[in-house]
Amino acid sequence: MNATWSRFNISSIVLGFAFLYLPIVLLIVFSFNESKLVTVWGGFSTKWYVSLFHNQGLMDATWVTARVGVISATVATVLGTLAAITLTRYTRFKGRVLFSGMVFAPLVMPEVITGLSLLLLFVAIGLDRGFFTVTLAHITFTMCFVAVVVQSRLVSFDRSLEEAAMDLGAPPVKTFFQITLPVILPAIISGWMLAFTLSLDDLVIASFTSGPGATTLPMKIYSQVRLGVTPEINAACTILIAVVAIGVIIASIANKRREVQRQRDEQAAQRG
Amino acid sequence: MTNIAAAACSSAETAAQLPTRLAKGFVDRLVIIIPYLWLLFFFLVPFIIVFKISLSQTAISMPPYTPVLDFGDGISGLFAGFRELNFDNYTWLTQDALYFNAYVTSLIIAGISTVLTLIVGYPIAYGMARAPATIRPTLLMLVILPFWTSFLIRVYAWIGILKPEGLLNQVLLATGLISQPLVILNTYTAIFIGIVYSYLPFMVLPLYSSLEKMDYSLIEAAQDLGCPPIGAFWKITFPLSLPGVIAGCLLVFIPAVGEFVIPDLLGGSQTLMIGKTLWNEFFANRDWPVSSAVAVILLLVLTVPIMFFQQAQAKAQEQGK
Amino acid sequence: MKSLGSIRRDFAPWNDPSAKPYIQFDKVTKKFGDFTAVNNLSLTIFEREFFALLGASGCGKSTLLRMLAGFEEPTAGRILLDGQDLRGIPPYKRPVNMMFQSYALFPHMTVEKNIAFGLKQEGMPAPDIEKRVAEMLRLVKLEQFAKRKPHQLSGGQRQRVALARSVAKRPKVLLLDEPLGALDKKLREETQFELMDLQQELGLTFVVVTHDQEEAMTMADRIAIMDKGEVMQVATPAEIYEAPTSRFVAHFVGNVNMFEGKVAERAANTTRITGATGAQIVVENAADTAKGADIVFAIRPEKIKVSSRKPADAVNALEGEVYDVAYLGDMTVYHIKLDDGQMVRASALNAARVSEDPLTWNDRAWVSFRPDAGVVLTR
Repeated sequence: MNATWSRFNISSIVLGFAFLYLPIVLLIVFSFNESKLVTVWGGFSTKWYVSLFHNQGLMDATWVTARVGVISATVATVLGTLAAITLTRYTRFKGRVLFSGMVFAPLVMPEVITGLSLLLLFVAIGLDRGFFTVTLAHITFTMCFVAVVVQSRLVSFDRSLEEAAMDLGAPPVKTFFQITLPVILPAIISGWMLAFTLSLDDLVIASFTSGPGATTLPMKIYSQVRLGVTPEINAACTILIAVVAIGVIIASIANKRREVQRQRDEQAAQRG
Repeated sequence: MTNIAAAACSSAETAAQLPTRLAKGFVDRLVIIIPYLWLLFFFLVPFIIVFKISLSQTAISMPPYTPVLDFGDGISGLFAGFRELNFDNYTWLTQDALYFNAYVTSLIIAGISTVLTLIVGYPIAYGMARAPATIRPTLLMLVILPFWTSFLIRVYAWIGILKPEGLLNQVLLATGLISQPLVILNTYTAIFIGIVYSYLPFMVLPLYSSLEKMDYSLIEAAQDLGCPPIGAFWKITFPLSLPGVIAGCLLVFIPAVGEFVIPDLLGGSQTLMIGKTLWNEFFANRDWPVSSAVAVILLLVLTVPIMFFQQAQAKAQEQGK
Repeated sequence: MKSLGSIRRDFAPWNDPSAKPYIQFDKVTKKFGDFTAVNNLSLTIFEREFFALLGASGCGKSTLLRMLAGFEEPTAGRILLDGQDLRGIPPYKRPVNMMFQSYALFPHMTVEKNIAFGLKQEGMPAPDIEKRVAEMLRLVKLEQFAKRKPHQLSGGQRQRVALARSVAKRPKVLLLDEPLGALDKKLREETQFELMDLQQELGLTFVVVTHDQEEAMTMADRIAIMDKGEVMQVATPAEIYEAPTSRFVAHFVGNVNMFEGKVAERAANTTRITGATGAQIVVENAADTAKGADIVFAIRPEKIKVSSRKPADAVNALEGEVYDVAYLGDMTVYHIKLDDGQMVRASALNAARVSEDPLTWNDRAWVSFRPDAGVVLTR
């Protein structure tokens, strides 16, 4: 009985992951295609990568995207962490319901609505659309994701650690920076990474809130895709995937090493 | 006497604690106020503006509408503006069947896609939750990983697969399963595939977390009491995973209703979804008031599911404690 | 009539050669990968018996229970229930029910629905189910909690719901996995007797897994002591305590003093042992030992008498010094360091409020015991 169940389990996992990864793998494979036709294999070539680096528009867009990503992710991480603290620690204050609503709603809010409403705000207050407005927009919608990630860590945080610190004479603010922050730091870092990739990834909100001279990479890719599928886009996408994959892999290796080190320390401690 | 003494004692105590308490109060307030104000200004106020503009006139200028409420004019301007409010844009939406159809189609497509995502995602989440504990973190990572790669790119990848001369058709033709290429791209089928694919992690993660938490001895207990495995699944496992099912469905359904990229890239020009309609209204027709009205109605349509979602989130948060 | 322990047992099918075995483990082995959880184990349990599997965690007792319930299949060997081979019968078709250690109450169902679950599976008509559920609720005294969900119950109440649910189907055998493990000490003691009454009342066969020796001693007709996937001894609680057959069992249940030694001389009834450190001990009940054999003499602390002077009539008397004394109220425990270096633990019941012969730290003292007070172990 158990054997057939687990066979069913294994096959559903394998099929599921094939479904998730096959398109990405194909995309990467065809970025090395000699032929201009993206779906017919014409031999191995890296010429699309070469032409990609000569595409000034694409390079500019990449630079804009990277700057927007870093700035917005950093600010969003600070704001999101504050929001997470507010949500978990201050259970009673006026307007808490509204606040938690404003944190959770953007998670599922259709991007067209967020984009449109932010654009209209910028127009209403007379802010010129461009780099700055895209960054503001990205801070706003990514900080909610950071808040959720950090909050889930804070919920399981052992409050007695803070109480112990205060009992030993540390004032609240000091306690936060010396005790709470180091413990929730992994969640904050993954919050930052999430915010960064969301910013890197966003087409719709950026399209609404950006102006001339602040074309982001997704906007550029989108406009080229509309004109037709080219291997150059595949190459750009592959580089983007590689950057994210390397980041994720480095993060998980660092995490793993810390974990292994901790286990070793614990074993050493037990051996005494 | 004793009462007065006690009161004196307690007031002395408060006086001593006052400075630290004030400091703490100030920091506390700052922690709440900063994100609160940010969200108020960049999330809530924009909605009010959207609502306001949805009530104003279209104009051929830059910005392409006649402002009804001008913040520069102060209170008097506000009052003047209220008198000029008009619901023409909403009337327009009801008169043109295109909008109504777009809303209904979006809801139907999102609904069907959500069910499909659940059907595809449940076995994956179940398999992951039953996997050996040592490989579960890796599996979890593998589900999240595509989410880190660009959404646009993942949707784009499907164009190459679904095209008439695309990979799917090549494989099917080569194996002799079909003699004519299937037309999938630029149909609703392509949209379903795109949504299921893009939103699958959002379904799998909450399902997995509710299934993984479940005590396997419950299934054993059900079997021990005479219930075969399939029955035990429907009577025990599925009802207990309902919070995950609900969270997953809402996480897929709500954004899918307003989805733009997938219908635009995979659905072609024929398909009618409200996110795309709004986009076209805004970028192609440059009709800001009408697109605002479209957004307001979309938001109203989604209010109920969004409130459900928030409640589910709050509940999950409570249980997490 | 002499008997081991203070209870005379009338129910003892294991002593009756004609009694029909009810549950039989026949050379059962269970492996998980390289790990052997149960090793070539044979065991017989009789109808209406209250049988306990006692052992430390990881000794294979739970695996044995799960094989009986059908959650695991033996790698080799057979399990018979009432003459029927259970191999290949899935858990949901076996006439045994299990009470889980975690209770495994269905959190989304009321107490009533939990108890009715098994009955519904066998297609019992609704009115009968209702009657049976009411009867079960009465049995475990939870009538007023029928509509509650598990999370609205206390630990003790949950335990009783789990019990009611598992006996509702009137299984041939009820399996209990650490049934009292999650309860606090006082509740555990009460519940032990409730379980025994219930077993008597329903006339079921109970197989209980526990790591708590007191629990097993209190409730079980017979106990199987397990270690590393093997049964070390199967016997009544009194036999396990008074006549352990191995050092492991003697150590595992209760406190014990062990004297390493050699058989020095064998007479008709008695055997003289020379301890490794020189002490001379005369014992009975050492029939199957040869002269010169290495043995261990095991004796329980309460069988040893401590006195400040050498008792006149004692066969075995050894001298030493009081190393430690612990007054526990109902009894006093002495640790005596014999002159040859061996440490002896002795306990004396404080039957009188005033002691005739009080001893304290560093006093000279004699320990003495009768020749039949301990057992000679060869393994």
